[in-house]
Amino acid sequence: MFADWPLLSLVIWTPIIGGLIVLFVGDRMPEASRRLSLSIAVLTFLLSLPLFALFDRSTHEMQFVEWVPWISTFDIHYHLGVDGISMPLILLTTFTTVLVVLAAWEVIQYRVSQYMASFLILAGLMNGVFSALDAVLFYVFFEAMLIPMFLVIGIWGGPNRIYATLKFFLYTFFGSVFLLIALIYLYTQAGSFAILDFHHTPLGMTAQTLIFLAMLLAFAVKIPMFPVHTWLPDAHVEAPTGGSVILAAIMLKIGGYGFLRFSLPITPDAAMALDWLMITLSLIAVVYVGMVALMQKDMKKLIAYSSIAHMGFVTLGFFIVFMIYNNTGDWQGAGLGISGGMVQMVSHGLISAAMFLSVGVLYDRMHSRQIADYGGVANTMPWFAAFFVLFAMANTGLPGTSGFVGEFMVILAAFRADFWIALLAATTLILAAAYTLWLVKRVIYGEVANDNVAQLQDLNRREFWILGVLAFAVLLLGVWPAPLLDVLDATVDNLVRHIAVSKL
Amino acid sequence: MTFEIPDFVPIIPELFLLGMACAILVADLFIPQARRDITYGLTQFTLLGTFALTVILAAPETRLTFSDSFVADPMSDLLKSVVLLISAAVFLYSRPYLQSRNLHKGEFYVLGLFGVLGMLIMISAHSLLTLYLGLELLALCLYALVAFDRDSTVASESAMKYFVLGSIASGMLLYGMSLLYGITGTLDIAGVTQGVVAAAAGSADHGIALVFALAFVVVGLGFKLGAVPFHMWLPDVYHGAPTPVTLFIGAAPKIAGFAIAMRLLVDGLGPLHGDWQGMLLILAVLSLAVGNVVAIAQTNIKRMFAYSTIAHVGFIVMGLMSGTEAGYAAAMFYVIVYAITSAGAFGMVLFLSRKGFEADNIEDFKGLNDRSPWFAFIMLLLMFSMAGVPPTVGFYAKLAVLQSVVQVEFVWLAVFAVLMSVIGAFYYLRVVKYMYFDKPTDTAPLPQGTGINVVLSINGLLVIGLGIFPGLLMALTAAAR
Repeated sequence: MFADWPLLSLVIWTPIIGGLIVLFVGDRMPEASRRLSLSIAVLTFLLSLPLFALFDRSTHEMQFVEWVPWISTFDIHYHLGVDGISMPLILLTTFTTVLVVLAAWEVIQYRVSQYMASFLILAGLMNGVFSALDAVLFYVFFEAMLIPMFLVIGIWGGPNRIYATLKFFLYTFFGSVFLLIALIYLYTQAGSFAILDFHHTPLGMTAQTLIFLAMLLAFAVKIPMFPVHTWLPDAHVEAPTGGSVILAAIMLKIGGYGFLRFSLPITPDAAMALDWLMITLSLIAVVYVGMVALMQKDMKKLIAYSSIAHMGFVTLGFFIVFMIYNNTGDWQGAGLGISGGMVQMVSHGLISAAMFLSVGVLYDRMHSRQIADYGGVANTMPWFAAFFVLFAMANTGLPGTSGFVGEFMVILAAFRADFWIALLAATTLILAAAYTLWLVKRVIYGEVANDNVAQLQDLNRREFWILGVLAFAVLLLGVWPAPLLDVLDATVDNLVRHIAVSKL
Repeated sequence: MTFEIPDFVPIIPELFLLGMACAILVADLFIPQARRDITYGLTQFTLLGTFALTVILAAPETRLTFSDSFVADPMSDLLKSVVLLISAAVFLYSRPYLQSRNLHKGEFYVLGLFGVLGMLIMISAHSLLTLYLGLELLALCLYALVAFDRDSTVASESAMKYFVLGSIASGMLLYGMSLLYGITGTLDIAGVTQGVVAAAAGSADHGIALVFALAFVVVGLGFKLGAVPFHMWLPDVYHGAPTPVTLFIGAAPKIAGFAIAMRLLVDGLGPLHGDWQGMLLILAVLSLAVGNVVAIAQTNIKRMFAYSTIAHVGFIVMGLMSGTEAGYAAAMFYVIVYAITSAGAFGMVLFLSRKGFEADNIEDFKGLNDRSPWFAFIMLLLMFSMAGVPPTVGFYAKLAVLQSVVQVEFVWLAVFAVLMSVIGAFYYLRVVKYMYFDKPTDTAPLPQGTGINVVLSINGLLVIGLGIFPGLLMALTAAAR
């Protein structure tokens, strides 16, 4: 029955319109707006499930396509569709949104409806980003997303929130305007704004290089890569828990998605010529940012830096393709890095969400994010400690958790390319273990540090279920990643075959 | 010489407006102060009536009348309709302000109506003389309106500045026109085009004279539009004038200014595109840079909007500069969008003000979300539209202009423009920051049920409505070119 439904439009517009309704319910009835938001989030999640169930795994063609003329003067269409790399990310978005709404249940007391509405609208916009096949439509969703996030950090954030949110907005805005120019230029070359047309537009090397760099600015800020990552720790620290979760779990992925949807297929030759740059920046992110994470005193900042390091892994996986090909002469095997990066993105979405939610649980009780204020939490919050240790292990990439699958695939791909790159990339296993386990040691284990910790209450039912569902997902993806890999296969394969052909 | 009775049909809206304005001028003498709302009602009736006539008489072909000195074409129909609707909204926003400050006089409406008439004539001008006539009619009304609050020294000072600088601008423009007349021997804009082609093909002397004429015309237009380096009057006038007058100056006259730029540069001096492209390029680059950078330093919101206007003018000039039909359509789209957004933003300043409190500092927007979530949301939309963030309509305006610029291979200019927009985003975000992230210092309740809140809401929602469905307005502007 779902096959004929405009499912993508539904997962985009249900939360947006629902969010507007929540906004109008207003702050007079906070309880009603909570319940309404949860129903909308759950409904959106349910609507996104058929995308997975009905997905045809044998083809790389766009599926669930919708096509309606939108702005005829410029030949811009409301054109939606998903393939193997966008569909999992939509599922991740709708799933995380449910958790975020739940996580805010008791914590957010100020302007509940505006908070909930922001996240619902954000979810719709992010689904739009992942399903847009028209460049202008993509850009509209890509930019519109900034508005609710700007408000979320600015209204419900910490003491330094205004600095953080302005920095977040201006950084991202700065990056994306270059993307806009690149898209307009591509329009003048391709004669339409369809992203799939861009994929087949022949471009000269200079044009490709400039377009690649313009897109790099947009997506490198978003994902974020060294050296334009500095907005992320600020934004994470100041954002409310829900904001951090969405930022880490979904918004960073949009940068990675952009590389796969735009940079690689539109400018393959420039990507090949500049892959040394991407690999270097990725390795710096993995090694240097990993070391920076070691030194953090603030839990959220530590996780933020760990996110940057993990994202370095993703970009490494994406751009190592060309080196593998040069080394082995085999395009088929080169896709391993891309698949690994994709798995890493989904897995990091789950793990970082879980980590930020865990920190949120502690913060709600102690109103401190400083590692030094904690110690021996396991004594008073055993259930919480169990979950936290599990997520920490997943963050370090322990086999059996989802973190392992992606990292393993990327490191394997790196070995096919070059031993030294693989060696540097593999240091993440040590560094991630160091900063995460040290965090666990200082916060969870040891003697009860002070009276505040001694009075901590363990998880309530709501928190237990939120973390429990995430733990289940992390383990499931860790021991049985096949469903995700199946979805990715055909698309990644096609992508690799596509970038193997020069566009000069 | 025979006298032909001209075709009156294309000019009926203007005649109606003229007749009504004169009638209101006389009628107002007999209306006691307490019944001033009658004048207001008549004014609105006139504007909406003129709008209706314009729409009814709109036709897809070009109609010339009065010995080819007056033209009605799709562009004039579209721009006039927008000017009339925006002016109606402007008067609506202004009334409570005027009432509470003993400024509610018939002259405001009559001057306003004559100003609107001037704009309509500018839009429909097809001869240098008609164009100048409309321009001066508008300018004289505006000078008087700026000084309308005669007890305010600031207002008088700005009126004086406006008058002096405006007169210089008019003089420049007139001088340019006289040179053109000397070279081509005609005032008719179509005739000027032919004359220019002939002159450019002729002797070198004519070429130099043409460039001189062009330079004066561009300077005059630059003054009227407020493009850098001819922008000096703008911040002072915006700041000093009573807010309703700032609103009036800030919204519709930009459309009229755009129209005369189209008539003069594109229709009249189109063959000289290669010459004026460079001039407009300089104006655009400077306007974008100065407008956006200086706006950051402002604490007064009217002044901030003045500099932001300069930046927006930079975008409009960019569209004109491209010299393609798509570029003209983009600039037209931009100017209409800008007028709508600017009317809403100043309307919001008026809405928040009350007797003894002008609400014209950016800090006066503090905590608006706590006082009224709805109007904070409306202002949020307006600010993001000015910053050019989708899904508001301001984004599509920038997109269209950038696209026309990239199309003619000025990619560096597009990059420069978007960089300046990023700087611009900062000061719009600051307004949002005050509204949403700060606690209110002023807790007076907002005015209720004046009709202004309904129209202001519509104005704000228009910004996002047109943002989600920009196709229709884009098609209209494209058809108008």
